[in-house]
Parts: sequence; structure tokens; C-alpha cells
Amino acid sequence: MTEGLRELYRYRDLFYTIACRDIKVRYKQSAMGFLWALLMPVLIVGAGITVRYGFAIASGKHLDRSDIAAVAVKSVPWAFLVSSIRFSCMSLTNNTALVTKIYFPKEIFPLAAVLACLFDFAVASAALVVVLLVLKIGWSVYLLYIPFLIMTMTLLVAGISMIVSAGSLFFRDVKYIVEAVLTFAIFFTPVFYDVRMFGDKGKWLMLNPAAPILDSFSDCVAHQQCPDLSWLAYSVVFALVTFVAGYSFFKRLEPAFAESI
Amino acid sequence: MSDVALRMEHVYKMFRKGELFNSLRDLVPALSGRMFSRQDLNAGDRREFWALQDLSFEVKQGEAFGIIGHNGAGKSTALKILSRIMKPTKGKILVNGRLCALIEVTAGFHQDLTGRENIFLHGTILGMNKREIRSKLDQIIAFSGLEEFIDTPVKRYSSGMFARLGFSVAAHVNPDVMIVDEVLSVGDYVFQQKCVQRMKEVIRGGAAVIFVSHNLKNIAEFCQSCLLLERGRVVRVGSAQDVISTYMKRASSEHAVDDEMPVRVSKVTVRNRHGKSLHFQSGERAWVDVELRANSRCDKLSITIYLLNGEFENVFDTSTERLGHGNFTLEKGDVYHCTFELDLNLANGIFHPSVLVYRYDTQTLFDKWEPAATIHVNSETDVRGIANCFPKVVRQELQLPGELNGGRRIMVEAAAGVALEINRKD
Repeated sequence: MTEGLRELYRYRDLFYTIACRDIKVRYKQSAMGFLWALLMPVLIVGAGITVRYGFAIASGKHLDRSDIAAVAVKSVPWAFLVSSIRFSCMSLTNNTALVTKIYFPKEIFPLAAVLACLFDFAVASAALVVVLLVLKIGWSVYLLYIPFLIMTMTLLVAGISMIVSAGSLFFRDVKYIVEAVLTFAIFFTPVFYDVRMFGDKGKWLMLNPAAPILDSFSDCVAHQQCPDLSWLAYSVVFALVTFVAGYSFFKRLEPAFAESI
Repeated sequence: MSDVALRMEHVYKMFRKGELFNSLRDLVPALSGRMFSRQDLNAGDRREFWALQDLSFEVKQGEAFGIIGHNGAGKSTALKILSRIMKPTKGKILVNGRLCALIEVTAGFHQDLTGRENIFLHGTILGMNKREIRSKLDQIIAFSGLEEFIDTPVKRYSSGMFARLGFSVAAHVNPDVMIVDEVLSVGDYVFQQKCVQRMKEVIRGGAAVIFVSHNLKNIAEFCQSCLLLERGRVVRVGSAQDVISTYMKRASSEHAVDDEMPVRVSKVTVRNRHGKSLHFQSGERAWVDVELRANSRCDKLSITIYLLNGEFENVFDTSTERLGHGNFTLEKGDVYHCTFELDLNLANGIFHPSVLVYRYDTQTLFDKWEPAATIHVNSETDVRGIANCFPKVVRQELQLPGELNGGRRIMVEAAAGVALEINRKD
């Protein structure tokens, strides 16, 4: 694995170039250009606030500012998770010519797709900061957790992206499975709602490795409190295992890519 | 041993013929079918296809090595294994240093990006880093000759421009081992000459070049040694000249004999005035003997003889019908002989005389032998292209602006040479 990572490092310029290409190409010939990177999270946040407002009316509770902020804070990373998995899933099959014609470490494709989505995430986060300032959400020392959370999240999707991209190269079914899972995943991930709303049963939802990460985001930013470290540790371990497993899975299948695509 | 740039040791590659399972829906019935019936299992084995068998060779630094063979001989598979895109089923490969494969020079391009952006993209794909590309950017653009269009998205390029840009990037990689697959047929003639020049520089710079081409002329020009592949096996390795002549001899022997055909071309011989030969001087007279055998009565037959060049483009063709020798009828069992006389006013290069026999009025093709032979034409003067017009310079004149009226520098001399003499007015 170290050998492979060293080779990946040698090809780092290619990694950035492919990511830049993905970013540039995505918004080429579109009138709104980079504004699309903002619009998607805005739509999700809008939907989330609407849903949350619905919950509040149904349960007869007052909806306070920090709840709205929590939805917004969780929606942006969620948009990143979904888009990077969806985007990287097709990253190999969309580059057939390169996969079959030229040698280089092919994990660059899914990883660059994740990096390109991370760029969108950065743009959306910048907008989010403005929203949070408008909502007059304060700050705390727990904000220092944020880079760590982003790293964990990236590691997790990087692992998943390598698995789904290699999988869909051999069986196009994987693409449809991923689409279906991503469509319904929002119901099983605490983005629009809070796990605490489910009391004791909430812990089952936390088994979804994305849940503790999103929850930590909202704890750190919206509620100014320390995230649940034991659940966060679970996510970190899960992300590490996924990354290592995804990488070895990818490397194992890589030699067969050119003749199977 | 350190001067070995590349080595292949007993490499085998097996493919399975037929459709691979592309979705789970196909896989499940196929697997269960395999479990329940032995027959299917055997059928699976029969679909095995060995694209390469026991391929071994070695290329030293600064050496150009050619691989030739017919379509489907395994050349491209060999290249893909060399460039590590495919893994051999068996065997070992050793590559010393950075390898760059010019298999598909435009593979890395993205339609929506500009020429400049694509240079960076394709350059990094080929293994350069950004700093390296930035330092060579001007060279690359100048080489491609696309200065004007470099900031236009490449989807607006013509296919020729596209390929030129691709080759320009690839030509500036400076690898230790370079693999070239037919890319020299890119662009117009002037650009091709530029490419040939650049390849020679790369070789002179100490890189090893593996060169795969149908163009035997290019192989002969570039490569010291060469390998001939036939159906995945090595037929011959050795000096380029020897291997090319082996290939030329074998090319003519490969003609399927089919007794079902009403009439077939049974023999084609090319000779000069001394006898059978495959090497000709430009302008020399050649005779092509064609023998036909009829298996049943055939009416209104005509024979077409044509020449293909090294790239398998038709450069000349005629037929007995068109030469005013009418058409002829053969009875069952007849053997027919016909000799064509040709003046080979051709430029340097490799040509393939080919023959086909057909029924004139219905244009029914009975048999085609392509190439029936491979000949090498050698020209004493340096003429390029296809035809040889036997050029001479017979007059050279220089007119200076100040001496428009009457005063001329005649730099000429005519007749048979290029003797230059300057007649000054003073």
C-alpha cells in the first residue's frame, strides 16, 4: 500500500489537473457557472428548513434559530457526501479512453472526483458562514473540530468512491444501486431531523457512519458544544477501515480494468 | 545490464472471446448455467484465445525496436502490456525508467477545455509535472503550429488539429522508453516530417523507442532491430532489414485456398528482367505473373491488379478489361496465365502488388489476394510521397530588387545537375 501511495504522490500533479478539469468542465457552457455550486446546497437547506418547520408545527414546539442553523450546517456536508459518491461512481466509466489507453494509477479518477466536490463544498461553506453570521450564531472553541471532521468525512467518501467506481466499471448495476441508496439515504441520516428526537432508538440511526459526523458538525457550529466523542470515534474508525478496504479493493481489481470496461 | 531499457520475458496473454458479463443480470444465469451443465464449461474453455504466446525480447537504451505483423498478430496487445495497461496472464516485464506510450495521442483531451488547458491535462496524464510543462509550453505550442487557436476549446478543432496537438504534447515528454503505435500517420505531410524528426531526436537523446507500424518504410528507416509477430507468436527477431524481408516473403504466402470458389488466384509472381525479385529501383520495369484456376465455368472474367503503399492505401490500379484486353471465359479445370508489365515510377518505399478476379458485367468478386506480394522500391534521388517524377533542377535564378531592369543573377546551370554558377553583372 505504501508503494501505491508513493506512486500516487508522484502523480499528484495529474491528480490536481484532473480535479481542476472536473471542476471547470462541470460548469462550462452553463449560464450560471459556479453559482450552481451554491444552488444545490441552498435547495437542500431550503428543503431541510421547510421539513423542520413542519416537524415543529406537528410537535407544537417552538423552532429556534439554532435548530435552523443545525439543518443548514448539516445540509452542506450532506450535499458533499451525496454528490461526491454520485460523481465518483461514474468517474472511471466516463474516462474509458484514458483507462484503456494510458497507464497511471487509476484511483486518481474517483479521488479527483471527491476533490472536485470538496471544492464545491468549500464554496458552499463560505456561503454558509454568511448565513450563520446573519442568524447571529456565536462561536466556540469547538470549531477547532471542524478540520478534523472534514478530514474524516473525506476519508470516508474516498473509500466509498473507490469501491463504487471500480464496482460500476465491472457491473453497471452498481450505478443504479448507488443512485437508489443515495435517494433514500436522506431518510436514514439525521440531516433534516435530530437523532435526539427519537430518544433511545436514536442510537440505531447513529450506526450510519455519516450520522455522527453530521451530528458533530451541528454540535460544534450550531450548538457550541462538544460533539459526542465516542460516536465520533466510531465514525473515524469506520472511515479509516473503509478507506483502506476501498483502496485495496480498487488496487486488486485495477489490472483488469482495461479489458473489462 | 544497466543499459537494458526494457525486457519482456516469456509473456503470455489470454483473452476470452465473446461478450463479458456486463451486468449482474447476465452474470447470474451464466454462472448458474455453468454450475448445472458440464457442456457449458467446456464451451467456456474453447473460447480462450491466446493473443500472445511466449513473447520475449530486449531493447537497449538508445535503440529503436520495431514490431511488425499483420492485423490481429498481437502487436497492440504487446504494447498494452508493455505500457502496463494490461497485465500479462504469464510472464515478466522489466521497464527501466519513465515510460511513455503514444498509443492514442488524444486520449487525454477534454472537448470543453481550451488547447492550452488540454496541454496541461494531457501532459500530466503522460507523466510530466506542471513545472516541466510550463517550461516546455512555448515549444509545444510552436511544434503544433496552433498558436492562433490555442485558447479555443478543442471541440472546435478539426480532427487534424486535434491530433497535431496531441502528438505535440506527447513528443515533448522526454521518456526513457517510448512506445509509438502508428501515430506518425497523424496530420499532413509536413507535420509528419516534423514528427519523424522529433522521434530521431528522442532516440539520439538515449531513449529506447518501441515502434509499431504497418509502414515498413518507417520501420526500416528508424529501427536497428525488429520483431515479427504472427498470431501471437514470435516468428523472427533480428536486424530490421532481415525481419522485414522475412515479413515480405511470408506476406505473399498467406492466401487461403478455397476449392469452393468458382475461380481463384492461384499464383502471383513479381519479377524484374533477371527473374523473381522483391527489390526494385525506382523506374525499373517489373512483370507480374498471375495464375488463375477455375473450378467451374466462369464467364466474362477480368483481373484487376493494384498497388497498395506501406499504409495500405491504393496508389495504382488497372484491369485487363480497362487495358482493352476484354474479358475472358474459363471452363472447369482451366489454368489461365496473364502477365502485366509495369513501370515502377514510384518513390522510395514499400508497396504491395495485389490481385483480384471478378466477373465484369455483374461486378461479382470471385477472389482477392491482398497483398499478393510486398516489394521494396529504392530511389536514387530523395523523392518522397508515392510517385517518382524523376525530378531535376534545370534552372535557378535570383532577381534582386535593385536590378529589376536587365540585371539578374543567374545562379544556374542546367541540364543534368545542380552545378551552381553565379553570373554577376559587374
